[in-house]
Amino acid sequence: MNSMNATAIRTENMSEKVAKPVINEQPENAVITEGTTVGQPFSDDPKFKLRNVEVFYGESPAIKNISLDIGRNEVIAFIGPSGCGKSTFLRCLNRMNDSIDICQVKGSLMLDDQDLYDPKRDVVELRARVGMVFQKPNPFPKSIYDNVAYGPRIHGLANRKSDLDDIVENSLRKAGLWDEVKDRLDASATGMSGGQQQRLCIARAIAVSPEVILMDEPCSALDPIATAKVEELIAEMSESYTIVIVTHSMQQAARVSDRTAYFHLGHLVEVNDTDKVFTAPDHQLTESYITGRFG
Amino acid sequence: MQTANLLPLILVIAVIAYGLAYMRSRTVAGPMGGIRNLKALPFYYAARAALWCAIPALIVLSVWAAFEGKVIQNLVVGSLPTELLPQSAGEASLIMSQINNVAAGKLNPDFVPADVVSAADKLGALKAQSSQFKTVLVVLIAVLGAAFAWSRVQPQINARENVERTLRWIFFACAAVAVLTTVGIVFSVIFETVRFFGKVPITEFLFGTSWSPQTALRADQVGSDGAFGIIPLFTGTLLISAIALLVAVPTGLLSAVYLSEYASKSARSVIKPLLEMLAGVPTVVYGFFAALTVAPFIRDLAEAVGLEASSQSALAAGLVMGIMIIPFVSSLSDDVINAVPRTLRDGSLALGATQSETMKNVIFPAALPGIMGGILLAASRAIGETMIVVMAAGLAANLTANPLDSVTTVTVQIVTLLTGDQEFDSAKTLAAFALGMMLFIMTLALNMIALKVVRKYREQYD
Repeated sequence: MNSMNATAIRTENMSEKVAKPVINEQPENAVITEGTTVGQPFSDDPKFKLRNVEVFYGESPAIKNISLDIGRNEVIAFIGPSGCGKSTFLRCLNRMNDSIDICQVKGSLMLDDQDLYDPKRDVVELRARVGMVFQKPNPFPKSIYDNVAYGPRIHGLANRKSDLDDIVENSLRKAGLWDEVKDRLDASATGMSGGQQQRLCIARAIAVSPEVILMDEPCSALDPIATAKVEELIAEMSESYTIVIVTHSMQQAARVSDRTAYFHLGHLVEVNDTDKVFTAPDHQLTESYITGRFG
Repeated sequence: MQTANLLPLILVIAVIAYGLAYMRSRTVAGPMGGIRNLKALPFYYAARAALWCAIPALIVLSVWAAFEGKVIQNLVVGSLPTELLPQSAGEASLIMSQINNVAAGKLNPDFVPADVVSAADKLGALKAQSSQFKTVLVVLIAVLGAAFAWSRVQPQINARENVERTLRWIFFACAAVAVLTTVGIVFSVIFETVRFFGKVPITEFLFGTSWSPQTALRADQVGSDGAFGIIPLFTGTLLISAIALLVAVPTGLLSAVYLSEYASKSARSVIKPLLEMLAGVPTVVYGFFAALTVAPFIRDLAEAVGLEASSQSALAAGLVMGIMIIPFVSSLSDDVINAVPRTLRDGSLALGATQSETMKNVIFPAALPGIMGGILLAASRAIGETMIVVMAAGLAANLTANPLDSVTTVTVQIVTLLTGDQEFDSAKTLAAFALGMMLFIMTLALNMIALKVVRKYREQYD
């Protein structure tokens, strides 16, 4: 719980370029060169500018020298087999890894040209700008209203009760939940269905007017209908927010994202436009993954 | 054979039955192509044999042991000649103890009538007979039970269901012991309390403001009328418990928050056991700490600021008691705070809440039932605590709300009422039961209130 443990150490050297095979029985072009990513990892108008990011859990590296830009108002999907580091990487973007004592983040992570891991940086302000939706719906065991009002209250966004009411209504509307819950705002959020709970969590994140929304497998606990609703919502939100979504479903990545990043064993193997990744990926490993040969 | 010797004997027979049935089930299974063709695993046949052997034997043994004495006594007394037959309960017990003492060789047979001596002989003979019968019967039942179960080690019989059903009843019996004991205690206290209210009116007990339970032994005795007003004791108990909880609840709760949310793993592993050690210190040690260190300190401090303080004060007892019950609050709260799912914490932190905001708004409400449980346990300890109060707060039943005065509590008075030689039917002794009843009702009420509070404010996270 020590927020000072995850310190950023800037590494200026663009890593040594040593090629090493990761899986022995891969074709020859399926090698990962540490620190290099095929495709288009960089963006003209980056919201996040991430360079040479490395994450360690104790001694063991979870993220190995990744550089990536995340464009403004873009939806980028992180895909890859389990344990490839995509969730860890996502959690660096709003410093949620701070709460893990042994987790250490190195490299340069910039949000709008400000260093995320600057020791003087206010995490509260950062997390108000970079919201997050988790894998399992995690509404607070409070009323629906209080769930949405939670963020605005702690950030003092509303001076009057009526302001707060407006924020709650707007957020619920944006999350496509208003019509379903407007008559039972005082009911406990834990009584809602899983899909409703997840959309409530999205509403809760929207309520503090973030610029970026991080989504960590937001649909993995939902049924197909609820998933469709959340995906619809992501499409609507992409107009006003930058969205980073981690997903295990390649169809989902293909449906909702502009760009797709393929992670493999802590490396960022390929970043390309989503269409290209799913039709003609540049890297052999990406192709193996999306055609279902492993993962 | 003595009952105490028969128990291990039954156990040995049961173990033998287990072994034999186990072997037999394997032998039976052998030609059929292995134990998978039996209806149940060998263990179940064996366990059933052991149960069949032990349970009926134990039941017979306990019934025999329960009624043996009574039956023998009736036989012996019945054999006495008519002129010696006891007229009253007192006489009967006198003559029985004479017979017993002669039989045990503690009383010289020359001092008692010849009929008593012969009765004593009869007693000895009956006892020996009974013991023999008992041994033979119990062993026979054990062996027969085992033999029956052994003969029923057959592949088509499902021993597993028998064993499961029997185990269920054994578990039920264990649970019933606790419940029955509680019911028994409550009823015995209720009966004595009713007897007490026959001597002292219930209104005087509940609303009287003075407590001095000395009753007259002789009619002409002065100054010992006895006053049984519970109010001073009640307020004393509440005062000390309130002080103790005022110390323990904030300290315990905040240290639990520190331990679960802020402390590093290594700090927690040192601090938590140390805190829990507070609950392990014997209360008498706290008692003399309170009486010899804290109470004089408080008196000096009060005098220094110009207040009058007794050298034994409710404050001293309450403070020390508060220290004692800190671990009840902190340890239980720490456990429940840790049990709140990590996802809730993350959800709050990701919205930009600080650690303390997360604690206050999300974790604390979710952990409330457990925290309340800890506080309740601490409160029960405080209300029931005796030794610290005896040593540090005194015995004087003052009706006061001043924590610097000496007060006394319900439990302390129960102790003073029942220590020493007492008549068992005087109002003074019976008052102890009435006080016990009051305590019981108090803690029960506390439990119910706490349950209500929890129901109203808890935020269920499942």
